[in-house]
Amino acid sequence: MELLLDPMFRMPFFSGLLLAPLAALLGVYLRLRTEWLAALAYTQLAAAGGMLAVVLHLPVLAGALTAAVLTAGAKGLSGRTGNDHFALAFLLAWGVTLLLAGFSHHGSHMGTALLDGQLYFTGPAHLTAGLLLALAITLLLPWLHRPLLLGRLYPDHFDLNQQRGWHYGLMFDLLAVLTLAVCATAFGVMATFALVFIPPWLAWHLAVGWRQTLLLAMLLALGAYLAAFVLAIAVDQPFGPVLVVLLGLMAMLRLLPRRGMRRD
Amino acid sequence: MLEYKQVVAGYSQPVIGPVSFRIEAGEVVGLSGPNGIGKSTLFRVLSGEARLFSGGIHRQPGLRLAHHRQEPVRSQENPLTGSDLLAVNRAPAPPREHRLTPLLGWRIDQLSGGQLQLLELWCALNGPAELVLLDEPTHHLDHEAHEQLACLLAEARAGRRAVLIVSHEPAFCRRVCSRQIDLGAVTAAREP
Repeated sequence: MELLLDPMFRMPFFSGLLLAPLAALLGVYLRLRTEWLAALAYTQLAAAGGMLAVVLHLPVLAGALTAAVLTAGAKGLSGRTGNDHFALAFLLAWGVTLLLAGFSHHGSHMGTALLDGQLYFTGPAHLTAGLLLALAITLLLPWLHRPLLLGRLYPDHFDLNQQRGWHYGLMFDLLAVLTLAVCATAFGVMATFALVFIPPWLAWHLAVGWRQTLLLAMLLALGAYLAAFVLAIAVDQPFGPVLVVLLGLMAMLRLLPRRGMRRD
Repeated sequence: MLEYKQVVAGYSQPVIGPVSFRIEAGEVVGLSGPNGIGKSTLFRVLSGEARLFSGGIHRQPGLRLAHHRQEPVRSQENPLTGSDLLAVNRAPAPPREHRLTPLLGWRIDQLSGGQLQLLELWCALNGPAELVLLDEPTHHLDHEAHEQLACLLAEARAGRRAVLIVSHEPAFCRRVCSRQIDLGAVTAAREP
């Protein structure tokens, strides 16, 4: 308990408190676009960027963010949707990350950190990035919300109306990869993927209505994050795996019956 | 509002055409013909899903369209409610006594095929689109829903909205359309 109240943990705590619900919020939209595997690819690509930055003696977060922006740009230009190319990107990024990790002792240490999550060692850069992302998402998501839903429910809507629709997708991809890059360097790759995948998956099943889905996903992510933060310190274990196990256990909520009426 | 001039459309090869017709505000025009003749292709060519081989399509500048597809995108699991669907389509809620009203609070994955079909048709016919393309709109609909769709189309005829319908149900087309185009006859006429 003393450790929890230690000022050293305050900044990491607030960084995670901001980032965990943001990851889940974007995860709901990735699920809408049937691109939930994107989360894993994006986080691993960000990790590869961070690792390359280590090799080049540059800041890890800068490397992860650059990789994220390049990923979003490439995906936007290709105009492809679906999960196949994300699976390929994930595998390639995983291989590159591990190969780069072998270049130096620091790289090897960073490889472990990206796997375990190094939330407790994050500083002002992550908190600032979290605040900026929260601001950007608050401002941009209400504008992106309807076009993203329209594009999913009525795939020909923009073409039919001779409107440009690609920039909405590109803007969302940019928000998603930047958030996931920051999350990957704080929580670790797999913990970030778990935050993007599990709370939205549960909310998708349990919630009634879009607003409720977003809210429930964020609350579940927040609950899991708070529990993992305390538990990891209490049992002196790395944060990332603790969060993944807690979210995995939370997945039992899928067994709950859904509210609402039956189909007639 | 929209005019097809000698349109030949298809995919890797032409499927239908040449077809010429126009539709104006307040009209409900039916495109009929046997299965596989390429009725839906005439809709898809507007969005670029199908290829325009020759001819031209002229549309009123700024024309807003809605397309109710024969097989709409339906996920097995979808937390959106009927009200969410109205909001996405910027369509007003139906009157209190309408059969759709009690369904607005349900998740759309809990609606039957017919209920969702009627809700989507309501959205298309009451949203901001000036021209609505309906591809086999009677699919999944029971008798009562047929009647309600007919009422919606009658309202469209009375207003400034235009509706283009593809249907293989001649009786329904005869009832709701102000004009019908038999694509089978068009195709037969150009064949030797």
